[in-house]
Amino acid sequence: METELNRLLEQAAVEVAAAVSLSELDAIRVAYLGKKGVLTEKLKGLRDLPAEQRPAMGQLINQTKQRLQGLLESRRQQLREAELEQRLAGERVDVTLPGRGQRSGGLHPVTQTLERIEVFFQSMGFEVAHGPEIEDDYHNFEALNIPHNHPARAMQDTFYFGDGSLLRTQTSSVQIRVMENAHPPFRIISAGRVYRCDFDLTHTPMFHQVEGLLVDETVSFAELKGTLTEFMRHFFELADLKLRFRPSYFPFTEPSAEVDIQCVICRGEGCRVCKQSGWLEVGGCGMVHPQVLSNVGVDNERYLGYAFGMGVDRLAMLRYGINDLRLLFEGDLRFLKQFN
Amino acid sequence: MKFSEQWLREWVNPDLDSEGLAEQLTMAGLEVDSIEPAAPAFQGVVVGEVLSVEPHPQADKLKLCQVDVGAEEPLAIVCGAANVKPGIKVPTAVLGAVLPGNFKIKKAKLRGVTSFGMLCAAQELGLAESSEGLLVLDDAAPVGEDLRRWLQLDDTIIEVDFTPNRGDCLSIAGLARELGALCQSDVHRPDIQPVESDVEDAFEVEIQAPEDCPRYLGRVIRGIDPQASTPLWMQERLRRSGLRSLGPLVDVTNYVLLELGQPMHAFDLDRLQGRVVVRRARNDERLRLLDGATIELDQELLVIADETAPQALAGIMGGADSAVSETTRDVFLECAFFAPDAIRGKGRRFGLQTDSSYRFERGVDFALQHRAMERATALILQIAGGQAGPVIEHCSQAHLPQRRPVLLRRERLRQVLGIEVSDAQVEDALRRLGMALEEDPSGWRATPPSYRYDIAIEVDLIEEIGRIHGYDNIPLALPQGELRTLGRPEARVTPAQIRRLLVDRGYQETINYSFVDPASQALLDPDTPPLALNNPISSEMSVMRTTLWASLLKVLAYNHARQQERIRLFEQGMRFLPADGDVEQQLMVAGAILGSALPKHWSNEGHRADFFDIKSDVEAILGLTRRSAEFIFERAAHPALHPGQCARIRRAGEAVGWLGALHPQVQQTLDLPAGVLVFELEYETLAQGKVPRFSPIAKFPSIRRDLALVVDDEMPAANLRKCLEESLAPVLKELEIFDVYRGKGVPEGKKSLAFALTLQDDEQTLTDDEVEALIQDTLATLKQTTGATLRE
Repeated sequence: METELNRLLEQAAVEVAAAVSLSELDAIRVAYLGKKGVLTEKLKGLRDLPAEQRPAMGQLINQTKQRLQGLLESRRQQLREAELEQRLAGERVDVTLPGRGQRSGGLHPVTQTLERIEVFFQSMGFEVAHGPEIEDDYHNFEALNIPHNHPARAMQDTFYFGDGSLLRTQTSSVQIRVMENAHPPFRIISAGRVYRCDFDLTHTPMFHQVEGLLVDETVSFAELKGTLTEFMRHFFELADLKLRFRPSYFPFTEPSAEVDIQCVICRGEGCRVCKQSGWLEVGGCGMVHPQVLSNVGVDNERYLGYAFGMGVDRLAMLRYGINDLRLLFEGDLRFLKQFN
Repeated sequence: MKFSEQWLREWVNPDLDSEGLAEQLTMAGLEVDSIEPAAPAFQGVVVGEVLSVEPHPQADKLKLCQVDVGAEEPLAIVCGAANVKPGIKVPTAVLGAVLPGNFKIKKAKLRGVTSFGMLCAAQELGLAESSEGLLVLDDAAPVGEDLRRWLQLDDTIIEVDFTPNRGDCLSIAGLARELGALCQSDVHRPDIQPVESDVEDAFEVEIQAPEDCPRYLGRVIRGIDPQASTPLWMQERLRRSGLRSLGPLVDVTNYVLLELGQPMHAFDLDRLQGRVVVRRARNDERLRLLDGATIELDQELLVIADETAPQALAGIMGGADSAVSETTRDVFLECAFFAPDAIRGKGRRFGLQTDSSYRFERGVDFALQHRAMERATALILQIAGGQAGPVIEHCSQAHLPQRRPVLLRRERLRQVLGIEVSDAQVEDALRRLGMALEEDPSGWRATPPSYRYDIAIEVDLIEEIGRIHGYDNIPLALPQGELRTLGRPEARVTPAQIRRLLVDRGYQETINYSFVDPASQALLDPDTPPLALNNPISSEMSVMRTTLWASLLKVLAYNHARQQERIRLFEQGMRFLPADGDVEQQLMVAGAILGSALPKHWSNEGHRADFFDIKSDVEAILGLTRRSAEFIFERAAHPALHPGQCARIRRAGEAVGWLGALHPQVQQTLDLPAGVLVFELEYETLAQGKVPRFSPIAKFPSIRRDLALVVDDEMPAANLRKCLEESLAPVLKELEIFDVYRGKGVPEGKKSLAFALTLQDDEQTLTDDEVEALIQDTLATLKQTTGATLRE
């Protein structure tokens, strides 16, 4: 009996090892362990044995059964793994193929620049202000100390409408609108479109400026220099970028200065972009003219201020290495997508 | 303004090279634009004297000259110039000379005769744009002398860009004064002595407008030589300042203008009738100007008239009728101080800006006229002879500009610049700038000189101190002040959020001109007459857009013409709506798309974007407000949009914007491909979002029911939706439309809409019976309000 059981087990082991699918394996299980399986029959046959032999034989059959179950189980495991592997192999994809769905577009490089400028100045406590693009003469000129016929008006070719209103030539008009409606101290930054009647290689009739204004009881030219230096170094991520403040003239500031930065293309060595000078003009600034403060009802003895204006398009061009201003407003996707 | 560096150095000669000089000027606020050599490089050109001129045996136009260049033998040179004659001295390029353009002079045979050099015209030496004949040198030119040395051609021309406040620097004298102050160098002024009058002639002058012309000097000079020519040294200085030589009288007045900064005018005395009157013009008068243009005058304009008519536009340009000419022997020389306000803006009305008006507008030194008159007289007499009459002066002291002391406080100076400047430095700087100083307990009182028009208040002086001290020497500091918060309401949707959302949905941002082509503007928004610019750059940029589509569609066409097949563009910017004489400036966000809804992909064909693709982008933007349900899309007509694929968007009755497919006719007119979809939304409504609010998550299970409803084809889905929402509230948690069907099984003129409803009660588990009852009620209501029936 024992020999027969061993033989059965051996035979079953061969069959199990040969099974290549779970269904085959199940058929083997049924053949041996099913209701009418060989081993089940053997168990049933115990009834015919003498009572004293039954326990030993029973144990023997059960052991065989358990061993067979063990074999089946481990083979099942193997087959499952193989089957999973096969399925996985069939489900393999080429991971180098591109993904599906919407692809992101992008922000205009001038917008990216404006956002960086605003974030910088907001971190210094400047508040973002906005103003209209069609302005009146008062806010764009008169209040900024540029009376009619002033030679400074010739510096800015203005677009006019029939009723005497105009397209703002500078974001400085926002200064006036903010100050006439509130009380100092002021820390504002205002960026946006400005317009001048000029169209050539280096001028577009619409461009972007950012205007900063700080009015408080103690404000100095040294702080103005410090603020702009900090900004430029941050903007270009060049900790040792040199700046140069040249005396200049704006009717709404006194003292006034033009701001030059060391050429970021050649680092001051001289190149085509800086016309070999090593310097790039990026904006104007100065201490707010006392007349401007009094025009908006601010006590110009108690309060002082500084203001600055920068060309955003120029900053964007320098930052991203764009060599033609006109590209900015042509809307060519081959240009715009480069900044995505 | 351009000037010769050598000329400036005759006045003030600091120990700086050309670059250093330019740097010094730039850093003092007189921005140097360019530094160029006064003449291009050439060598081997000397002063030659033409000894004889004989005809060329083979050519009528050529001549054979013997030219003395100081060598042992004269040179035989063939020359074709018409003005060559014995006795003149001319630039002579000897063998081996190199002229501009690397033109080498070699022995050459010209029609059979050997030429040992070349006689030069000004143009050939790069000294003029064009010239006729040889450049004839002064008789005093030493034969054999290098031409560069004789004409001082190793000079540079410096061009400075002046700010409008520094009219005082618009001359060699003014620049020298400024440079002297900056470099602490002495300034050498030429010695100008009064010219004694030889004739008693005086022409009567009457000033009728003393506020416009506070000082007027006139002088008669008789008997000048009309044949005289301007000496080469003066022509050269004028040339280096960018002025052409126009005869001795005009040249001298220009020279004095450049040297001292005083504009002058010479009238032909014979052309003046009776006397000179300085007055405002009358409205019916006209004047023919030197440049040939005839202008209509009016009371705003100051003129120099004689008894019959205006003869010059004061301080701007002379008249043609009284201008000096090649036959003028007697002149009336004018040297006046015109008030800046009398000149400002006047020339611009006629498109005129002259060297004279440029200076008067900015302010001419009102104490300069006598000096300038004497200088000009002396130069005229020296060059063209003649006899000078006495100087006639009219002056209204009361109308001359006033120079009042300006208080400068030590403390304010420190506060504004943020640095300490010693008293000695302050005093030194102000004195060197020509200010008269008085002590004051708090600082100083400084009275500016007659030539400074830009010093009126304390900060003007502070700027001067800063400038002389050097802006670069002011240290860096950071602003001090209270830390204040910059609050932003959480509910407010920012333009930046909208930008990001569109970028994430595949849109590319563009920035376009706010002025557009009136034709496309009218096509897209025919009902709103746009605001037109008075002075547009071009007609395609002449009206302010009332819709951003006017810009976006142009960009879309531009890109489509450049092989871009899938285009998704947006812009944030203003539209300008005229409204009762005023204009509404509204920030808008607009988009335009074309091509497949999704980027090309290897796994699918992809469909072309249609109304519902762009609608989902719009819905996403509206979703930023967390008020999606408040926005309604309604069928409406828009002249630019397809009548069947066009929606107006409203919120609480207020118009928010439009979306739809472009009208096929508009698309054709704008030369666009088919299938363009657009939207435009007003930012201010989108900005009004809300803060999210938590509500508890229901504990009871939800039940899903699908309803397929058959309604008239014309019935908007939104009506069914609204009815379902009202009828099933408050247990309706979600509602989706998952199928729209027309065709077999649905009667003609009807459609079937399938709704997936998720129902849930917050308080209890809904039973099937309860749901069934609710649905039956709802179906009854639906039938009543929309005619919908359950699809069999």
